[in-house]
Amino acid sequence: MSATHHRTIGLGYIAISVVAVIFGTILSLLMRLHLSWPAWPLPIHGLILPEEYLALVTMHGTIMLFFVLTVAPQSGFGNLILPAQIGSQSMAFPRLNAASMWLTAIALATLLAAFFVPQGAPISGWTAYPPLSASSLAGPGQGAGMDLWLAAIALFAVASTASAINTLTTIVKLRGDGMTWQRLPLTVWGWFTAALLSVIAFSVLLAALAMLFCDRHLHTGFFLPAQDLINATLLQHHGDGSPLLWLHLFWFFGHPEVYIAILPGMGLTSMVLANFARRRVFAYRLMIATTLLIGFLGILVWGHHMFVAGLNPFAGSAFAISTMAIALPAAAKVLSWLATIWRSRPQFTTPMLFALGFVSLFITGGLTGPILAQPILDEYLHNTFFVVAHFHLIMAMAGVFGLLCATYYWFPLIFHRQLSERLGKGHFWLTIFGAYSTFLPMHLTGLAGEPRQYAQLNGIPGPATSLLAATTPLQLHITVSALFLACAQLPFLYNLIATMLSPATSPKNPWSATTMEWSPPGPWALEPEPSKTYRGPCDYADDGLTFTPQWQPGATPNPPPE
Amino acid sequence: MPPILTPPEIDRRKRHDEIREGDNGNGRRPPIDKRTGGNGEGDNWDGRPQGQRGPRERLSQVRIGVFFALFAVLMFFIAIVSAFFVTKASGHVDAYSRYINDWLPTAIPSILWLNTAVLLLSSIAAEFARRAMFHEHDVMDEWIGFGRPTSRRATLWLSVTLALGIVFLGGQWMAWRQLAAQHVFFRSNPSSKFFYLITVAHALHLFVGVGALIAALIGLHRSRRMLSRQILVDATVWYWHAMGLLWIFLFALLEFAQ
Repeated sequence: MSATHHRTIGLGYIAISVVAVIFGTILSLLMRLHLSWPAWPLPIHGLILPEEYLALVTMHGTIMLFFVLTVAPQSGFGNLILPAQIGSQSMAFPRLNAASMWLTAIALATLLAAFFVPQGAPISGWTAYPPLSASSLAGPGQGAGMDLWLAAIALFAVASTASAINTLTTIVKLRGDGMTWQRLPLTVWGWFTAALLSVIAFSVLLAALAMLFCDRHLHTGFFLPAQDLINATLLQHHGDGSPLLWLHLFWFFGHPEVYIAILPGMGLTSMVLANFARRRVFAYRLMIATTLLIGFLGILVWGHHMFVAGLNPFAGSAFAISTMAIALPAAAKVLSWLATIWRSRPQFTTPMLFALGFVSLFITGGLTGPILAQPILDEYLHNTFFVVAHFHLIMAMAGVFGLLCATYYWFPLIFHRQLSERLGKGHFWLTIFGAYSTFLPMHLTGLAGEPRQYAQLNGIPGPATSLLAATTPLQLHITVSALFLACAQLPFLYNLIATMLSPATSPKNPWSATTMEWSPPGPWALEPEPSKTYRGPCDYADDGLTFTPQWQPGATPNPPPE
Repeated sequence: MPPILTPPEIDRRKRHDEIREGDNGNGRRPPIDKRTGGNGEGDNWDGRPQGQRGPRERLSQVRIGVFFALFAVLMFFIAIVSAFFVTKASGHVDAYSRYINDWLPTAIPSILWLNTAVLLLSSIAAEFARRAMFHEHDVMDEWIGFGRPTSRRATLWLSVTLALGIVFLGGQWMAWRQLAAQHVFFRSNPSSKFFYLITVAHALHLFVGVGALIAALIGLHRSRRMLSRQILVDATVWYWHAMGLLWIFLFALLEFAQ
């Protein structure tokens, strides 16, 4: 395989994500250990200082959101699966594709390098709010570390935009014969919408990063209020900059970003549920529409991150309404998932279990969405663990379940080997138990007032500590659960290694799938036959056994109800 | 409505009956778009899979890519311009309860009018180059091997574009020098911040365009495939046009909206 082949590039992206997820997980475990036992010295390193805790928060968020949840579903599986799924033999711009992959790798290396510069990694969170991100006076890590952070994210923005352009052009121009827009699998619609959002959002982020860089080094003060003091030093600049301006620009990017992370998983869930329920996707066209609608509304809701940041209350009301409007297409998706499997006899294979887990986490995490969308409730909850619970369930855990579902589902396609079902099912039950056990109690500690992004919550005398003492047992429970959740991935790791060492014995289409990537010559055959598409996906007969894949010529035996 | 008009269920000639002919724009087939499918040789271009349908397939792919990229560039400038308006409307209340807005409009050097005219001219020259690459009669000649009429004409016009582009960038440099001579620097005033931010960001994008022009000029000499030469010129010129159009909006903003 050449270095510009989309399979090589897809696996490269996955490798980047694997490195990132290992770092990100270790950082999160360190955070949990520190929260439960603040006096525990980390071996070799020693005590975790408050600023080091903030660096952990910052780097965990940045690594996980950018380099795991954006890279793996969109670029990783996008490259591995997308061309075959639309009946194309390649991506539109292979060299650009390779360039964006290497740029992403360099971005990750730059970000991780922030740990090793003087004063260490940045401490202003993955959102990098000014004025404290705009000056090295603000604390350790806000000097060289913050500059590396800016450089890494700028590189990442450029790479993601290039990758999205490639994805969009591939879907628009390289669909094979007969692959009409309505016959595209919902995964492709997920990738398409996410790529559109990437093109819109990442360049706005790039502009904001450039302006923040000017504020830091050229004293322009785009984001700095007049007469701003940091640590008793007056920041030299002219005019009235506004930190809110950064928030607007950042969240105009940041909110679409979380949809970029989750949309491919939503599409995959629809397809996998239909595959193993041996049904058509319920309301296919409506699902295409809701995918696009979620993307569209996703760019109109950024203000709900700013309710307590000094946003005009009238603007807050408008953003509350647009945010709650997203509940409509999201609920339509959930109903379609449920209707697709309703009274079917699903095969509970591992990918199916992870898809069901995705639905479960999406509902659980989604239900707190309309609560946080109301300014008056968000005022109390915004800086508590309630929000941490919300976004970890709906974005992080659902996103990871989408990734695990994709891995189990497409492993036979990519490596001609099937992962062990027994280990896979065990992995699923341990993971979903660990996920809920970790993140559900955070709702309660958040409601009890536990603030997020605080380095130490117990052991300091004062009224707040005595108030929070009630949450200490739950805190301990969360920490233990987080460790359990991390350990629950070990069977998965063993499964991967053992399967890769075993001989390639998987049948061509082990899941009886109908989409084009499973068509006989295989997506990476040396002399691939140009494939034709004859019908929409998921054409299963009522008996639950026979099915007509998209690549099979002839009339469609079970035409979809119009 | 589905974009593929002929449903694949309608039986066409089987793929493997066909002799596979290299259709890369430099093979047997002339590099002219035949949308009708076949020109009497039984080419059956309509029956071919995507990507092998005709010489312009690759061209339209690159165009789509360039347009998506230009959309990303547009969003970049939309972000900066919205920050411009926000900052222009921002102020603070001082110790004497007075509302202070520090925004003082920056006097735009009049050389920018000249620069704008130069950039417009460069865009016209670029369009001549682009049209030259698709002049059917000359393209046929060049493809058959009767000299290189299209590439030569495009080289000439692209060189003019390049020269005018460099003149524009030089003119921008002079505008910055003039402002600096009046002690208007990047950090002097909210409006000067945005003047420099916008003009420098646009100049950087134009530098990319200059790089693309140089690449296209090299490609016109080095590339052996007619199609590659067409694509290089076409993509570069669309980018150049977009930067010109963008500049007109940005210039109008700086000149009239401060």
